[in-house]
Amino acid sequence: MAIRILVGVKRAIDYAVKIQVKTDKTGVVTDGVKHSMNPFDEIAVEEAIRLKEKKIAQEIIAVSCGPAQCQETLRTALALGADRAIHVEVSGKDYEMLQPLAVSKLISAIAKKENVDLILLGKQAIDDDSNQTGQMVAGLLSWPQAVFASKVDIKDKQAEVVREIDGGLETIRVKLPAVITADLRLNQPRFANLPSIQKAKKKPMAKMSPKDLGVDIKPHLEYLSYEEPPKRQGGGRVSSVDELISKLKEKGLI
Amino acid sequence: MYRLKTSFFRHLSLFQRGSVISNIGRYQSISHTCDVEDALDEEHKAIQQTAYQFGQTEMAPFMYEWDRTEYFPKDTLRKAAQLGFAAIYCRDEYGGTGGTRLDASIIFEALSQGCVSTAAYLSIHNMCVWMIDAFASDANRAKWIPRLATMELFSSYCLTEPGSGSDAASLSTRAERKGDKYILNGSKAFISGGGESDIYLVMCRTGDQTPKGISCILVEKDTPGLSYGKKEEKVGWNCQPTRQVIMDDCEVPVENLIGKEGQGFEIAMRGLNGGRINIASCSLGAAQASIQKTGEYLKVRKQFGRPLEQFQHLQFKLAEMCTKLVASRLLVRKAALALDQNAKDTVPLCAMAKLFATDACFDVSIKMNYYSY
Repeated sequence: MAIRILVGVKRAIDYAVKIQVKTDKTGVVTDGVKHSMNPFDEIAVEEAIRLKEKKIAQEIIAVSCGPAQCQETLRTALALGADRAIHVEVSGKDYEMLQPLAVSKLISAIAKKENVDLILLGKQAIDDDSNQTGQMVAGLLSWPQAVFASKVDIKDKQAEVVREIDGGLETIRVKLPAVITADLRLNQPRFANLPSIQKAKKKPMAKMSPKDLGVDIKPHLEYLSYEEPPKRQGGGRVSSVDELISKLKEKGLI
Repeated sequence: MYRLKTSFFRHLSLFQRGSVISNIGRYQSISHTCDVEDALDEEHKAIQQTAYQFGQTEMAPFMYEWDRTEYFPKDTLRKAAQLGFAAIYCRDEYGGTGGTRLDASIIFEALSQGCVSTAAYLSIHNMCVWMIDAFASDANRAKWIPRLATMELFSSYCLTEPGSGSDAASLSTRAERKGDKYILNGSKAFISGGGESDIYLVMCRTGDQTPKGISCILVEKDTPGLSYGKKEEKVGWNCQPTRQVIMDDCEVPVENLIGKEGQGFEIAMRGLNGGRINIASCSLGAAQASIQKTGEYLKVRKQFGRPLEQFQHLQFKLAEMCTKLVASRLLVRKAALALDQNAKDTVPLCAMAKLFATDACFDVSIKMNYYSY
């Protein structure tokens, strides 16, 4: 009984871009800046594809919430091996204020509608580093969650997941349906190859709005300001361990 | 009147360069002005991204080492083949990718941002596989293309000889028909992949002294009578071996004829049309990478109390280089589209694209490397 997987992919600023804060401190510059699929989401997509190759999964649905450009990200997911895509259109001011809770509600609504057995997400997005969506989706659906996964084994409607936690590694077993979020060492994502990029054009992509899913995406958090981290100061040389200790004490660090 | 006009145009060019600069400033990213993704649709953007990622992870980190140690990265090339990059514009019946010339241009430009030399060899391999796909019998296509598409086998293109370069049609390598074999005698010069490749597409004379006397024959490595010159010492592109290919009573089965006798020159020239676009695309990648590195350097490096990007002369130079790159890219992509559509002006466009892009991008790379030395 092969399972059906919903994978969330977020279009985020590319990791290699040098971020610039807007002069009015209301956000970062996104206009004309290179965006790509969130790296942790790439790992989630790769895991879903591997499950399909092992015949554990029969269908992979990719979902993304955001403006029209998200369709490029979804096409990448299709080119990597997802079977179909869903684009939840959120644009303009609504998108600027789109927060993890709203995204979690959207993903939960789709998961229920599509009757999936597993939701695979990246553990966090590299733009806001929120690390909340996976956990909140599990909460909203009352499904078990296995986050920060570095290994996933699925058998008989159960997932055995090795998690990376502060103290080391923890192995848990959860019953499906469940939410799993991907951590860095889960796998090494593949490159999309040319034939599958060509095939991706023909795979279906559905469009819908938050209203179609009956979800209210109004924000609950207000962003007060965005600032650059303090510029790195020059260091100084010390000539002995004693001097190091006294300098650290001076700075109130110990 | 004449004096007035020239001074107007001199100032006009400064104004235009200034407007390129202010646009760079506005987008805060040079790569947006010389954007590889400009006017590409979703599918082509996806192709560009996958090739670029491959180039950055599998090629760029090793490029310097490969060049320094003259290492021919066969395993990396085979990884690229797994993505469909080895037979990009061959039909998919026997394992080709079934893509277009524009796909190929995008791919080689992206890979060249990782390593130009390796991308250039890959483009030559693509050219050879296409020549077989377009002209060879179905038997030969079935025999060779599957293994060339995976790069289990590597290929080389052999036209130039010590005595015939620009005047390619005057080549003198002979192929005498004797029963069910061709006996080849002659030598080919400056063959990329020479000594490493598994098959060599050799343009040789089966008939009279005219271009119509030339045929294209596939010679497998280890054929008795086939040998190679010493590896040429080059100033760059060292991760691609270049050698003479020498045939001394080299016996090749008659089945290895690609196309018909007398068709060899046409095959060679039509292969080169695409080859020109591919090489021009490699130049684009080199120029793009150079401009990007320089842009970052200009922001960071300070002299006379200011970052270099604030000096007008350097701004002008950068604007000129970006302009050359964008112009080259437009010409290369137009040539690629023309070849895909079999347009009437395909041949001159391919030649123009190669001429303009390689010169312009060479200029860009030299100037940009000067600044980031």
